[in-house]
Amino acid sequence: MSWLTETLTSTPGRKVIMAATGIFLILFLAVHLTGNLQLLKDDNGESFNIYAEFMSTNPLIQFVSKGNFFFILLHVVVSVFLTRKNQQARPVAYKVPVKSGTSSLSSRNMGILGTVILVFLIIHLKGFWYEMHYGEIPYKNYDGHEARDLYAVVDAAYSQWYWVLIYVVSMLAVAFHLSHGFQSAFQTLGMSHVKYSPAIKLLGIAFSILVPAGFAVIPIVMFFN
Amino acid sequence: MNLTLKVWRQKNSADKGGFETYQVSNISPDMSFLEMFDVLNEQLVNSDQDPIHFDHDCREGICGMCSLYINGKPHGPKDAITTCQLHMRSFSDGDTIVVEPWRAKAFPVVKDLVVDRTAFDRIIQAGGYVSINTGGVPDANEIPISKEVANEAMDAATCIGCGACVAACKNASAMLFVSAKVSQLAVLPQGQVERKSRVENMVATMDAEGFGACTNTGACEAVCPKEISITNIARMNREYFQAKISSKKI
Repeated sequence: MSWLTETLTSTPGRKVIMAATGIFLILFLAVHLTGNLQLLKDDNGESFNIYAEFMSTNPLIQFVSKGNFFFILLHVVVSVFLTRKNQQARPVAYKVPVKSGTSSLSSRNMGILGTVILVFLIIHLKGFWYEMHYGEIPYKNYDGHEARDLYAVVDAAYSQWYWVLIYVVSMLAVAFHLSHGFQSAFQTLGMSHVKYSPAIKLLGIAFSILVPAGFAVIPIVMFFN
Repeated sequence: MNLTLKVWRQKNSADKGGFETYQVSNISPDMSFLEMFDVLNEQLVNSDQDPIHFDHDCREGICGMCSLYINGKPHGPKDAITTCQLHMRSFSDGDTIVVEPWRAKAFPVVKDLVVDRTAFDRIIQAGGYVSINTGGVPDANEIPISKEVANEAMDAATCIGCGACVAACKNASAMLFVSAKVSQLAVLPQGQVERKSRVENMVATMDAEGFGACTNTGACEAVCPKEISITNIARMNREYFQAKISSKKI
């Protein structure tokens, strides 16, 4: 085994892959939310549609998007390897489970939360991303700008209560996943410092509340409008 | 104090094992948990039964031998002490106490509550040492070490290798133990010679022994009788990747 494969398949190596891809996905979430907030603009979807058209046709964005898909896949695949190793490490369970006060609920259930997010992601990509890239969405003209009316697709979905429910519940899973994942990623990457770790933890909590809340607000507001 | 004990009994490593229930009475609240076990074992011996096997040695919290998982917590309900330092006054009269061995693939049960922790020894053998040339005794202050560095090294070196971190971790990960052992030498000048090979070999041995990965839940530091911080795990990750990237070992 070469030193590189040995490094990347060791447990710290796999954890670093989880942390690095996790941080990339955190950045992606921030960008994604900024774009999505345009759905709430009172312009019948004009700015959102122009933005979506740009994002789905710009070659640089498309390149980063491919990377994003690859990182999601890597995050999932490596987590499966880690989970299997972790389960094998304790073949006989305790009769009395470890006292819950010693760790947070999210940290103990990252795999379950991640699975919920993965299922949501498949539904979400089928509903919007697939429609945008491979579906037949009619074009609209905005002062010479041709843009597909993705807003109408989103609006139609968010007028159904069950879509709103799926989104809100999924964002709860994202929030809990992030509440551990954010600060955990920095710890795994070796960033632990008396000055900066408390700030990272605080930023992680703020991010894991504000970003999923921002995502969840959009379908709720659109449903009631 | 009168107590009910549910204790894991297992004849040998091949035996399936199971819980047995015992009653102990007139237990002094000032007894240690292990002394309470001594009383129970005397009862068992007097009635021609096999006494409960459990690890113990110094009984003053420094050897790292005692290893009981009591009511869902390694070393029992109190923080920052080992099982031998746990007093019966931490329990109430009439309590039922469940006692289990450390559970990990890398720590197979030998008998009853005794587990084989030689996996830790093999990790130490892989790199948890410094090479010292033999000869005359070196001068005491030949290598200056600042108080801050000495403190950092000593904080990590207080690890007694009991394995409570592995026992509490949901993944039975040994990262806290290994990181403490890597850290105590990595910060000292004496540890520089083998700095890279040490962390590379100790992590490789840790993985080969079948311990799980670290999810940063912090359960290990919460139960550690010596309060070793998970900051050491972050340091070990840094040490590991610096070594892997820069060492000349292909």
